[in-house]
Amino acid sequence: MTKTKPPVLDIRNLRVEYPLATGDVLVAVKDIDLVIQPGEIHALVGESGAGKTTVGNALMGLLQAPGKIVSGSIDIAGKPIDLRTGRTEGIVPGRDVGAIFQDPMTSLNPLFTVQDQLCEGMLTHLKISAREARARALDLMKAVGIPEPERRLGSYPHQLSGGQRQRVVIATALACDPQLIVADEPTTALDVSVQAQILKLIRDLADQRGVGVLLVTHNMGVVAEIADRVTIMQNGAVVESGPAREVLTAPKAPYARTLIAAVPPIDTRLERLPVPSEETKVTLEARDAVRRNNKKGNAERSDEVVLDVRNLCVEYGKGSLIPGRKTSVFKAVKSVSFNVKRGEIFGLVGESGCGKTTVANTIAGLVTQSSGDIDFQGNSLGGHRARSVRQSLQMVFQDPYSALNPRLRINNAIAEPILFYKLASNGAEARQDAKTLLEAVGLPGDAGLRFAHAFSGGQRQRIAIARALGPRPSMLICDEPTSALDVSVQAQLLNLLKDLRDLAGLSMLFISHDLAVIRQMCDRIAVMKSGEIVELADTETLFTAPKHDYTRELLRLAPSLERILERERASA
Amino acid sequence: MAMARQSLLHRLPPVSVMIAFLILAVMLVLVIFAPMIAPMDPRDVSSYSLMDMEIPPAFMDGGDPRFLLGTDNQGRDLVSVILFGLRISVLIGIGAVLFAAALGVMLGLVAGYFGGVVDSVVMRIADVLVSFPTILVALLISGIARAQLGTDMVLTWAPVILIFAISVNEWVQYARTVRASTMVEVSRDYVRAAKVIGLPSGRIMVRHILPNVMSSVMVIATINLAGAILTEATLSFLGAGMPPTYPSLGTLIRIGNQFLFSGLWWIAVMPAAVLVILVLAVNVVGDYLRDRFNPKLMAR
Amino acid sequence: MIRLLSVRLLQAILVMVAVTAIAFIMFRFVGDPVASMVREGATQAEKDALRAALGLDRSIPVQFVHFVGQVLTGNLGTSFRYQQPVTDLLLNRLPATLELVVVATVLSLAIGIPLGVLSALKPHALLSRLTQSATLVGISMPTFVTGLLLILVFAVNLRWLPSSGRGDLVDLGLWQTGFLTLSGLKSLILPSITLALFQLTLIMRLVRSEMIDVLSSDYIRFAFARGLPKSYIYSKLALRNALMPVVTVTGLQIGQLIAFAIVTETVFQWPGMGLLFTNAVGYPDIPVLSAYLLFVGFLFVFINMIVDILYTFIDPRLRTK
Repeated sequence: MTKTKPPVLDIRNLRVEYPLATGDVLVAVKDIDLVIQPGEIHALVGESGAGKTTVGNALMGLLQAPGKIVSGSIDIAGKPIDLRTGRTEGIVPGRDVGAIFQDPMTSLNPLFTVQDQLCEGMLTHLKISAREARARALDLMKAVGIPEPERRLGSYPHQLSGGQRQRVVIATALACDPQLIVADEPTTALDVSVQAQILKLIRDLADQRGVGVLLVTHNMGVVAEIADRVTIMQNGAVVESGPAREVLTAPKAPYARTLIAAVPPIDTRLERLPVPSEETKVTLEARDAVRRNNKKGNAERSDEVVLDVRNLCVEYGKGSLIPGRKTSVFKAVKSVSFNVKRGEIFGLVGESGCGKTTVANTIAGLVTQSSGDIDFQGNSLGGHRARSVRQSLQMVFQDPYSALNPRLRINNAIAEPILFYKLASNGAEARQDAKTLLEAVGLPGDAGLRFAHAFSGGQRQRIAIARALGPRPSMLICDEPTSALDVSVQAQLLNLLKDLRDLAGLSMLFISHDLAVIRQMCDRIAVMKSGEIVELADTETLFTAPKHDYTRELLRLAPSLERILERERASA
Repeated sequence: MAMARQSLLHRLPPVSVMIAFLILAVMLVLVIFAPMIAPMDPRDVSSYSLMDMEIPPAFMDGGDPRFLLGTDNQGRDLVSVILFGLRISVLIGIGAVLFAAALGVMLGLVAGYFGGVVDSVVMRIADVLVSFPTILVALLISGIARAQLGTDMVLTWAPVILIFAISVNEWVQYARTVRASTMVEVSRDYVRAAKVIGLPSGRIMVRHILPNVMSSVMVIATINLAGAILTEATLSFLGAGMPPTYPSLGTLIRIGNQFLFSGLWWIAVMPAAVLVILVLAVNVVGDYLRDRFNPKLMAR
Repeated sequence: MIRLLSVRLLQAILVMVAVTAIAFIMFRFVGDPVASMVREGATQAEKDALRAALGLDRSIPVQFVHFVGQVLTGNLGTSFRYQQPVTDLLLNRLPATLELVVVATVLSLAIGIPLGVLSALKPHALLSRLTQSATLVGISMPTFVTGLLLILVFAVNLRWLPSSGRGDLVDLGLWQTGFLTLSGLKSLILPSITLALFQLTLIMRLVRSEMIDVLSSDYIRFAFARGLPKSYIYSKLALRNALMPVVTVTGLQIGQLIAFAIVTETVFQWPGMGLLFTNAVGYPDIPVLSAYLLFVGFLFVFINMIVDILYTFIDPRLRTK
């Protein structure tokens, strides 16, 4: 890591364009500069469409047609790349640049063993014998920390866990001793605990091997965790670039400031996230109308228990018609008990597969419990539900892109439940209600005339919320409502949900894997692990004095902006 | 990638699709107005005479301008015979597609939506059925019909038997596709939202899922129309389809086949050419629709 | 893996039971077996005697069990038309059909796979554009028209090749083969091309679409990112993944091939099982039809078992689960 070495990556004035079918040109990357020194982790961040992935693809020679580099230069370890062809065919990807992709489940070929995939690159690029390659492969497996490396070499990808696969992917990227690694969202598909391990591995590799890493990510927490320098991109251009600490704690550019302000903090609870308010006269009037409609039955916050869940158990995998196919039962939820009070936002948090979504689906009636009681406003919820119960319990889902029927106009989609529950006497009246609801969630009233594809992810999620409010529910179940959204959109949506809770007197069951989001939103929280609640407490208590080891572990591993300061303290 | 995904017709100009559309439109008009357009009525014995038998097409030596495509062994004008044959072929093809699609869409929706036992039963039946190729099943049904109903009845009811015989395992394709799409849609959040809202199953299936699976159904229907016409032609060619008294294109080719070695090639080749052009046009349009609306749908 | 195979075995048995039941129903209830077997003008007593002799007076379940027993011992009844045991008829004609189907399959795989790969890798090359347009014509051309045109050109006009029959055969005891004589081989050319053309189109299209799918997958992108040579990625990595569904479909297509063998055999008067079947439909010769149904059902189940077993060898995900 001496300063005399040339930078492993030196991008000057890089411009990437996509000619469009219409004859226009989409400039995906606008004249950016980027330098990475050996042993340095450089994070490239931005929201979707910012052009960060295109930069990564350009320097690996993976630009997809018709995209091409129109100007600029890329030097890798002091060697310039020949750009005359319009493509980056001058470098040998794999030997000079290693790559790590987002999804370890699909990055490995399912038909070949780990050893095959580790060795093929070395055999191609390094001109070494199969025995040497195998020996190196074994070293690499040890270096990335896979248990039983000897045995795992002979395994197929499907026999490894997600974390192990990503380690294999990293080992493959390292196989030919590249000086630069491009990691495109390397931990986005992974759980918090695995993410922490993989990030540590990348950090160690940079420190010990002097590899430069270009880390493409949307997650500020990940940046704070391991990056030395940060470049923030917006619409293909660099907005701000500098040492991670400076950019994250004192951003200068306005966009950088909004972006970082929108990241929910994990160490404090804010009344509202500091993003521009969208309250206009129209919105406020619409919200007044919604408040008047919802008056009956929805009192202010109180200690009255609205939803009471006792010893809930859910099992999946009943027998099938085919004889011989054995009944295998998977217990997704094991004896879970909690309650939600009127006007409260109750949080369920845990890693993927912990059963939190199953709990939500069971309460919503999408899944039937195998045992246990759900008591909702005096009704016991089982397989069959009264109309009034269904009406009072509505849900907002995770994926905004599948939450709306692509063949239905928005106002019809929102009007449908209103008509179904006879809250409007005719279609025109229901569509008027739909318009009011759209305005209340911050969309223009005429948005209803269009179809779902005309809207962005955040807008669609607002529409989904408007639809859920249509039947005038007393309880809203939110299953990861913001995890598919960019951070600034997430902040606005979280603020909106809080407003609506106050406005319509809703109780909420809020499910998320993101501790920071949970902290901002919830009054009380239950932490789930393997189908059980391990800890249930007030938000402040849980974050300041966690009792259970697992909660502490989650809190310790959760990436967050504050990490950068911790890291500094540690190194000081 | 977007480029690579485009299929077959990517390099052919859309002109080919336009031509195919045009051919289909012309054929449709011909089929509907066949009795008015055809120079003579092939079923009316008085309208043709043995004097005119075995005349080659008008563009060949010995041709007769009255008979553009020549005449058959009974002196019937081939243009007229083919027009009426085309009519029968198209009618049976469309009938089979409609019947199979209606049955398949219904079963596929129900199986995909409810899953479980309903799904298993429907799909196992489908599995057993597709173990047997359409032609084989259709031939069996034709044979059974002959044995059970007697030859006269079979001749009268030939179109109905054919439609049934062709759709009896063609519905499986619709059912499988619709079931698969339905299962995808059911797991989508908008369907789950509709369930949480409390809408009844029937309404969710018809109003929310059906419109979203219809585009694949339309594509399969177009591609299957070609298949159904071919199957009908093959059955008729094998003598298990339309009788010579009400010939479809397949029957005409069967008749012409007997004269192949006597040099009267046009009696078989002319209807065969019309059949191939018809099916080709349907396929070109079907392929185009598939690429346009549902590129993931597998070519079958 | 053993569990998977046993599930498949159970499914296969289910299919066979269903097929046997249908064959039995046809055999027993379609038409009147007695009426078609007795001589004309037989008395009622004679008919009753025959009915009893055939076991048709017993209860239906007993008859079904009897039928299954007969099937298992290879007794498939007597043809109405030929008055011979159906088993003998089928066995006599089996070699002709098998030789035709095997040659056609080999032809279509040998040509279809390379063409499919080519048109996926180089979609703009002249040859792939030509073949792609040709496949469209290919799937639009009914098998019998292909056969007809081939006969017209090569048998009627050019007189190069025979238009019907199997030519001279060599008797190998149980098997009469056309592979060993010149006229046998010449006779095989037109029918096998006719049958292969239909199959070829399907295989080509399938290989192409699978190859395109695989090429856009993450692990192939990752392989490019590791700088592996193109030829290696295409031939070793991608093709192997793309050929997996081809194995299944080729297996499934055998059924289609048998069906289209019926058509091809009829066009070329090829003395195989298909021709026997077409003639039986027209007669109608119910024992032959139900026996043929059983045969195809069995063949299909058998081939699917082989495909499943083959799969467990190709796909590591099945081997170790």
